[in-house]
Amino acid sequence: MAVMRRATMDQCRGAGETPCQWGDLAMSSVSAQTTVPQKRTLSLVRRDLRPSEGPGPSGFDEMWGRDRLVRAPYSELAAWLDQIPPGVLDQRRREAELVFRRIGITFAVYGDSEAQERLIPFDVIPRILSAAEWDRLRQGLEQRVKAINLFIKDIYSRREILRAGIVPEDMVFQNPVFRPEMNGLKVPHDLYVFVAGIDIVRVDAETFYVLEDNVRTPSGVSYMLENREIMHRLFPDLFSRHRIAPVDNYPDELLATLKSVAPGSTVSDPTVVLLTPGVFNSAYYEHSFLADKLGIELVEGRDLVVKNEIVYMRTTEGLKRVDVIYRRVDDDFLDPLTFRPDSLLGVPGLMSAYFAGTVTLANAVGTGIADDKAIYSYMPEILKFYLGEEPILKNVPTWCCRRPADLAYVLDHLEELVVKEVHGSGGYGMLIGPKADKMSLAAFRDKLKCQPSAFIAQPTLSLSTCPTCVEEGVAPRHVDLRPFVLTGRDRIRIVPGGLTRVALKRGSLVVNSSQGGGTKDTWVLDH
Amino acid sequence: MLSRTADNLYWLSRYIERAEYLARILEATHRLSALPLAYAGPSNEWESAVATAGCAAAFQSAYAEPNEETVTDFLAFSLDNPSSIRNCFEVARANARAVRTALTMEMWDAINGAWLEIRGFGPARKSRDEISRFLRLVQESSLRYDGSAYRTMLRNDAFWFSRLGVYMERSDNTARILDVKYHLLLPAQQHVGGPLDYFQWAAILRTVSALTSYRWVYRDSVKPWLVADLLILNNQMPRSLASCYENLVRNLDLIGQAYGRQGLAQRQARAIRARLETSRMEEIFQAGLHEFITEFIADNNRLGTTITQQYLV
Repeated sequence: MAVMRRATMDQCRGAGETPCQWGDLAMSSVSAQTTVPQKRTLSLVRRDLRPSEGPGPSGFDEMWGRDRLVRAPYSELAAWLDQIPPGVLDQRRREAELVFRRIGITFAVYGDSEAQERLIPFDVIPRILSAAEWDRLRQGLEQRVKAINLFIKDIYSRREILRAGIVPEDMVFQNPVFRPEMNGLKVPHDLYVFVAGIDIVRVDAETFYVLEDNVRTPSGVSYMLENREIMHRLFPDLFSRHRIAPVDNYPDELLATLKSVAPGSTVSDPTVVLLTPGVFNSAYYEHSFLADKLGIELVEGRDLVVKNEIVYMRTTEGLKRVDVIYRRVDDDFLDPLTFRPDSLLGVPGLMSAYFAGTVTLANAVGTGIADDKAIYSYMPEILKFYLGEEPILKNVPTWCCRRPADLAYVLDHLEELVVKEVHGSGGYGMLIGPKADKMSLAAFRDKLKCQPSAFIAQPTLSLSTCPTCVEEGVAPRHVDLRPFVLTGRDRIRIVPGGLTRVALKRGSLVVNSSQGGGTKDTWVLDH
Repeated sequence: MLSRTADNLYWLSRYIERAEYLARILEATHRLSALPLAYAGPSNEWESAVATAGCAAAFQSAYAEPNEETVTDFLAFSLDNPSSIRNCFEVARANARAVRTALTMEMWDAINGAWLEIRGFGPARKSRDEISRFLRLVQESSLRYDGSAYRTMLRNDAFWFSRLGVYMERSDNTARILDVKYHLLLPAQQHVGGPLDYFQWAAILRTVSALTSYRWVYRDSVKPWLVADLLILNNQMPRSLASCYENLVRNLDLIGQAYGRQGLAQRQARAIRARLETSRMEEIFQAGLHEFITEFIADNNRLGTTITQQYLV
């Protein structure tokens, strides 16, 4: 039959190599055993919305606080939930799922061929922050990302922080994500991280912690935008009761940011493209979504070609010069001539253009050195070193197992702690002490002794919960928050809110979409 | 636009068009095979369907005998046949997914929705009802895709490349059905109007959804040379070779104007159109219908190659 289409399947089989940076969130002492016993399970019965399965004596619920009185930002929502006829939430939830399935908002789960395209569950009850809460978060995020950019610049140039003995040298130089190729390279406008996703958790009314910095290729922002869209569609009445800061200007802000950091040599309006590993990447939906919203070309490695240290894309009208690449491909796969020679996702010669300064890569190469889980534990000192300020957002206390004293403590208290791999992501390969059985504790103890520097440990925090639609009705579930911080030449931009992820399983602390987590719309109120 | 994007749009349209054509072949064949032997004749319609779909060799290596069950399975559902309807939709959707940004929401919805429904038809043996529901679904999906492209796409190169895909595939399909059935259309056939041939011709017209159009155009009973005229030279008929080439030339011209550059593809398309415009059916019959069609198929394939080289790589 005519001409057979060349196989599309072989195009990017290697694309799974870029794990999207979903931080892993796991902690808290909450488990099924600490559930407060109740006479009957909660259903969507009117006027009975208080949590029946309590988050435990120490748990903080963002709607009910600790004392089960509705907190101010949730007052309208609570009244509304109280008012609506039973079944409404469930019906809207099903409606939302239908819409998402049709639009095709899916993500791939590696090693799961059955569910190659899976839907991320969406919870219809929004998570709400007051203007004051957000304002503090925003300041803290700006401060943190500023320091991260200064830190990376320093690491690849003068290395003052190493000379001052604040961060140990071997932690940088022996780190696989450190890129010696970047040493001494002058990047446009001295910026490295243009798009950051900072994972935040909350333990009580006052305390937010940074759980993880994601400054390589953080994903999730498309869900933030789609969640808001669908909420507008499903709950117009609920919106009319609130004044909620919009998020739909994110694509404009992102484009402005990317254009602002074009190389100095760019003559006219810079050409920005989004580089994706391809359709088999777990975040492909997001890549195409963003390219569409930004009105830029979504390119794969094979669409780009480098000639005389200048990057071009292949178009129906011939070659066209590219100035800024918003790349969602990991460092390792960017350029087979510089990094992994077996990578088919990259562009041969891309790094030569980058070194020549004719193209901006966003984010820069080698930013992983700043979001490593071991470096994370030094972040408070890093902030003080560059900015001379106290961090507005705290770190979760972290034991670095590479330090003998920390290791000893961790081994002694393993059943209380969460232990993570320094280079792990997606919630894989970690130990949640309080939930682990003897066998896995023993196995992890051996791993720790073998290779202490590969692990860090943190206390099991009691994460905040939010009311969430589950099968039994409305019940508290643990949440985190990923705001997206954009750094341009002119200024830092953050749209209010971010992506709230929720652990849908009762008592579970793992919000990763690959492990059964869902998402919520995040509202920042104007008061 | 990116060459890869144009390539994906082009093939996306081709595969949807191909799926619809296959669905029409199956529908027409089901009808023909349900006729009493005295009407349909002794020939094996199912074998002819496989030939019309252009995958006789692949079929023979997979099945022993062409009959209703094997051919329906092979053309509609088989995962081993790269051009089965199911696979057409798989490839179409993979192409659509790769160029989500170049499609409108409505087009994506049409493809994705159809793909989800088609997946719902499992591997189990299907009843006639199910098969007929499936074939209708395919044709409706194609209409919906085409309609949403017309109604929602910006009139720019993305639209024109997707149109090129439609018309390249369509002219290929029409030429192929002519190639397989040409002997039925030769005027030498003496028993004109006999019941046997009438149903054969009607089946051909159904395959290109033109049975009603025929009557409106010719106001005559179904006659073979008129069927050939309708499918080859009549530019009122949307699936005729002449109409396909009118559209190919127009869309290639629009691309050429937008880019400020004409090329080999434009010249080749115009040459083929000129031949269709200046030919008359009598001459074609005299010179040999079969030769004419064979030559057309070769020219059409050559144009496909040129379009690919000029724009899509």
